[in-house]
Amino acid sequence: MKSAIQYREIDGGMRFYALLGFIGLFVLAGLGAAYYMEHNGHWVTGMTNQIVWGTPHVFAVFLIVAASGALNVASISSVFGKMPYKPLARLSGLLAITLLVGGLAVLVLDLGRPDRLIVAMTYYNFKSIFAWNIILYIGFIGIVAIYLWMMMERKMNGYTKPAGFFAFIWRLILTTGTGSIFGFLVARQGFDAAVMAPMFIIMSFSFGLAIFILVLMAACKWSDRPLGDGIVMKLKNLLGVFIGAVLYFVLVYHLTNLYITEHHGFERFVLLDGGVYTRLFWIVQIGLGSLLPLALLYLPATGKSRSWISVASLLVIIGGLAQIYVIIIGGQAYPMELFPGKEVSSTFFDGVVASYSPSLPEVILGIGGIGLALAATVVGVRVLRFLPTSLADEVVDPHHSAEAAA
Amino acid sequence: MSNDAKFDQYRRRFLGSAATAVTGLAVAPGVMLHQVAHARSADQPVSSDVRWGMLIDTNKCGKGCNACVSACNEEHGLSGHGRPESDAQWIRKVELRDRQTGNTQSLPLLCQHCEKPPCVDVCPTGASFKRADGIVLVDKHICIGCRYCMMACPYKARSFIHEDLQDQLPHAPRGKGTVESCTFCVHRVDNGGTPACVEACTAENHNAMVFGDMNDPDSEISQQLEKYSSRQIRADLQLNTGVRYRGI
Repeated sequence: MKSAIQYREIDGGMRFYALLGFIGLFVLAGLGAAYYMEHNGHWVTGMTNQIVWGTPHVFAVFLIVAASGALNVASISSVFGKMPYKPLARLSGLLAITLLVGGLAVLVLDLGRPDRLIVAMTYYNFKSIFAWNIILYIGFIGIVAIYLWMMMERKMNGYTKPAGFFAFIWRLILTTGTGSIFGFLVARQGFDAAVMAPMFIIMSFSFGLAIFILVLMAACKWSDRPLGDGIVMKLKNLLGVFIGAVLYFVLVYHLTNLYITEHHGFERFVLLDGGVYTRLFWIVQIGLGSLLPLALLYLPATGKSRSWISVASLLVIIGGLAQIYVIIIGGQAYPMELFPGKEVSSTFFDGVVASYSPSLPEVILGIGGIGLALAATVVGVRVLRFLPTSLADEVVDPHHSAEAAA
Repeated sequence: MSNDAKFDQYRRRFLGSAATAVTGLAVAPGVMLHQVAHARSADQPVSSDVRWGMLIDTNKCGKGCNACVSACNEEHGLSGHGRPESDAQWIRKVELRDRQTGNTQSLPLLCQHCEKPPCVDVCPTGASFKRADGIVLVDKHICIGCRYCMMACPYKARSFIHEDLQDQLPHAPRGKGTVESCTFCVHRVDNGGTPACVEACTAENHNAMVFGDMNDPDSEISQQLEKYSSRQIRADLQLNTGVRYRGI
């Protein structure tokens, strides 16, 4: 029954151009914001010599982490052999590439010297995790592109499984690299934890799947293609498991810190009296971004409604952004312990919590990155056959009704 | 004593003196060259025989004295834009107060010129680098402004150039959108001089800062380091810093 799955480009009517134009506005605004920041220098942003990585990095890291997670659906079908996920694999691969491109664009446009991108490509310090990541990111785009080719070219279908397996291993290494950007930083209290790498991998599962669910639902709705309940329920159950797994890693990270006296100050800052960071952690990351979506996905009243599943996915994305904000910016805002046991003051803001408020250009640049990822996805499904013509239950899984009855 | 025996005695004495003179002639240039080595000429490569370092005695450092900071700003043209959060600071005065005992101290904090600098480890392009003589610098031509080194530095010693620069000094080139930090006044040191901050501290008669070659057992810094106990800030990281402190 495999041949029942047909893939086709989406139609290029007014709706396509209106959507592309709308998303394009965000991309243009992002480019404008980047130009404004580079032209004036970074002093027009909220970033300082204390908070050196700001909102653009929150969006960039979120998109890069989500990119590797978006590939999961394809991995489940190719690596773990779950057939119902197979029709979704192409879209999964496409999103993995476009989200990564969006994230990298934000990262590059926030550099002090984005014009020196060629330097970053030609000078490598192989001890730098950043340098590894440049190779991992470029490699990921190439490997997923080959994986997509194996899936989409009938003659190459036989190589789908090894290509998928290789892409899966590569993405695990990639997210390990992203987590290690922070995990390997000895200087700051909030970082310097090996658990960062696996935590980022689990975060990628959750964020990537949340984005995938939203894009899949929107794509099927706007291109008038059926999307069966069976596949939606499978995805939402998976999302629930991933949200729980992220919570577990967050718990382990904080419990470790709470046990070690040296880190009590930082934990107090995040969990109790860190102002905006404490609120973002408890209210947005834990409350709105984890517990509420878990409830929405599993309560009988909301768990079967597509609207509520979309709301839960959106909340996971917002919670994820908050989580990365607390990790990156909260981790820098908390003062470095240079002189344990002493109160410290200086003209360079030693010993005080660094202040930071995101500026408009930074936020617009970040949203521009999301816009770029979505625009590339829309163009992708228009020009190539990424989307099945139908994801109705009986097409995706011929045994569906029999299973449901049994 | 016979004439022969006398002659023998004179001969021995003469040969002894001659041998001393010849030895002296052979060794002296070496000794001279060793001294000259400290003031390296421009065409000689930097050598790891030298490890530049600084010893700061916090007991001598004047509370409220800012001479080292002013001297550094003037030396490198760090004029600032009146925005302390984003203006560059290569050296800063830090005031300490012990939470338990109330004891207060004052000290200058600058790039610690680590033997194993985390900023150099993390730099993706290799723009952050350490010279053979231990001075940690940024190559502004290949710095892409990613600020990862600022995330990695345990001393918050680095600054990012947040805006346009005017009136740059020829010996201290800087670049908007790149990262910079204390250079140990490499332009002075390479010409046999000492960093501006040390000079200013000495001019104030505080003498809290000593600069020199930590590999030369006869240098003042080596002798003081051997005689008195000193500390590295965040010694737990085992970075073997080039800047050492007494009294903390």
